[in-house]
Amino acid sequence: MLRFVLRRCMLVLPSLFGLLVVTFLLIRVVPSDPAMAMAGDAATPEQIERLRQQYGLDRPIWEQFVSYVGKVATLDLGESAFSRRAVAVDIAQRLPATLTLTFCALAISVFVGVPLGVVAGLSHNTWPDYLLRVFSVMGIAVAAFWFAIMLQLFFSMELGWLPLRGELSATIQRPPRITGFVVADAAIAGRFDVVADALRHLVLPALTLSLGGLATIVRFTRAGVLDTLQQDFVFYERAMGYRRRRLVWIYVLRNSVTATVTQIGLLFGGLIAGGVVVEAIFDWPGIGSYTVQAILTGDRQVMLAVTLLIGVVYAGVNILTDLAHGLLDPRLMERG
Amino acid sequence: MSPIFRKLARDLPAMLGLAIVVFVLLIAIFGPLLAPYPEDAAASHLARRLKPPSAAFPFGTDNLGRDIFSRVILGARGALSIALTVVSTAMLIGVPLGLIAGYRGGWLSEGIMRVTDVVLAIPQLILALALAQLMSPSLESAMLALSLTYWPYFTRIVYAETRRLSSSLFVDALRGIGAGSGRIVFLHILPNALSPVIVRATIGLGFTILVAAVLGFLGMGATPPAPDWGLAIAESRTYLPRAWWYATFPGLAILITVMGFNLLGDGLRDIVDPRIRRSR
Repeated sequence: MLRFVLRRCMLVLPSLFGLLVVTFLLIRVVPSDPAMAMAGDAATPEQIERLRQQYGLDRPIWEQFVSYVGKVATLDLGESAFSRRAVAVDIAQRLPATLTLTFCALAISVFVGVPLGVVAGLSHNTWPDYLLRVFSVMGIAVAAFWFAIMLQLFFSMELGWLPLRGELSATIQRPPRITGFVVADAAIAGRFDVVADALRHLVLPALTLSLGGLATIVRFTRAGVLDTLQQDFVFYERAMGYRRRRLVWIYVLRNSVTATVTQIGLLFGGLIAGGVVVEAIFDWPGIGSYTVQAILTGDRQVMLAVTLLIGVVYAGVNILTDLAHGLLDPRLMERG
Repeated sequence: MSPIFRKLARDLPAMLGLAIVVFVLLIAIFGPLLAPYPEDAAASHLARRLKPPSAAFPFGTDNLGRDIFSRVILGARGALSIALTVVSTAMLIGVPLGLIAGYRGGWLSEGIMRVTDVVLAIPQLILALALAQLMSPSLESAMLALSLTYWPYFTRIVYAETRRLSSSLFVDALRGIGAGSGRIVFLHILPNALSPVIVRATIGLGFTILVAAVLGFLGMGATPPAPDWGLAIAESRTYLPRAWWYATFPGLAILITVMGFNLLGDGLRDIVDPRIRRSR
């Protein structure tokens, strides 16, 4: 098992290296003269020259790359041109909010999507199946930012049931930062009213973000169940008189979710990307709204750091996905 | 061609998709003739701003008094031309690379596929946003950024198909009678590898419309006063909840268009690859 994990980690290394090259090229080569771009239009030649020396832009390109890799390895991601703080610090502070949102959305997608997919597979070509198919096509085709606004319009502005934006109500003071996760911090501080408030704020963003993933998971689970139901072992177990519920929810499901697990892995990247827009709309203080702010202010260091971060997360998730495959189907693990 | 169409005709969702796509195409082509107020692409009429839907303005009016129905119709052309440009550029880059990597093998192939992996390892939206920002935000850089991040999907598909085909008997036969690599690849392998590419392109058109709308929404794509759907939704946010119609209808336009391309793409995939049929 350890060998399996290590092997997968090794396979990811070339991609990560490639990612470094891409972000490096984006920061150094795409703007024809980075120093000029940083200094702005009103800069004098001397100022530009000073910037060039300060950032080592006068040295050969490979030397710049080596120093860039060294900096990234020590988590020195540069300074945000907007907040004048280290990007790594900003990211560390905002990561918990994004993780909360992403995992909640993922949980909704999986715990609602897999059962719905099984239902669709079992009742295939009858009305629940048709309904779920229409729903899953719509879930993929809908623009998340529009769906978010529609939810806000209905649940926050029209009915007033749920808060419009943010992580906590403005009247509530944030509990002391221990874990960084608002819900956990509030629970540690014993403020369960704050926990409730934070959860209420979580509903709409998590729902919006989960929609695309939900649709994908329903589709793949349905296809997997349909496939598995055709197999001999199901026929055999049915003949042996296994109860239908046990057969479907344990034996068929386990054999059906391999493709779904791959999709969950892929979704994670999609959720982080989708989070950019959803966080911006709900003013969620995470990586996504940080990215949008960076885009609007043209803050390159931040954008590239975020790109790098997402690439790394993506690679990590790929390893986890492979591991989940191995646990679901131990034959894969033996093959390495 | 006709057996494909007959199979497609039996697939109701795919036909619905085809109908939507044709409908949107017609709107995109004849938009200025169909829109009741074609001049509302740029003009403004402050006297009738933010009017709710009525017989004169079926989708209401926006903050500058422009007819939203007209602007939704006029927006179809922009959305489709962005999608077509992006997908065809991505194909122009991705397909040849896939052919080369699949047919040649060796370090060149390794190199191409590793680059593909790297680009695919970052969510397209994030990479496109970073690129578009670095190239200074405009519609052109948004389109270029989307193309530069979408080609690996084509490379991967074409690569797999080319690998499969180049070990097949007819390619061996062609080599035996002395056909050149270029001839084999472009005249014989490419046509056989084309159907999954077409499927991907169809779905890609829908997907690109969606991502382009996100870029427009974030202010990285179309610029005012263009009747862009994503941009319109962004502009509408200031006037919520009073003007619910301002955000609702452009979003519905995106939803229906993207759904059309996805339904059609799914239907085409069922025909091309019966192994992964959605409905048996």
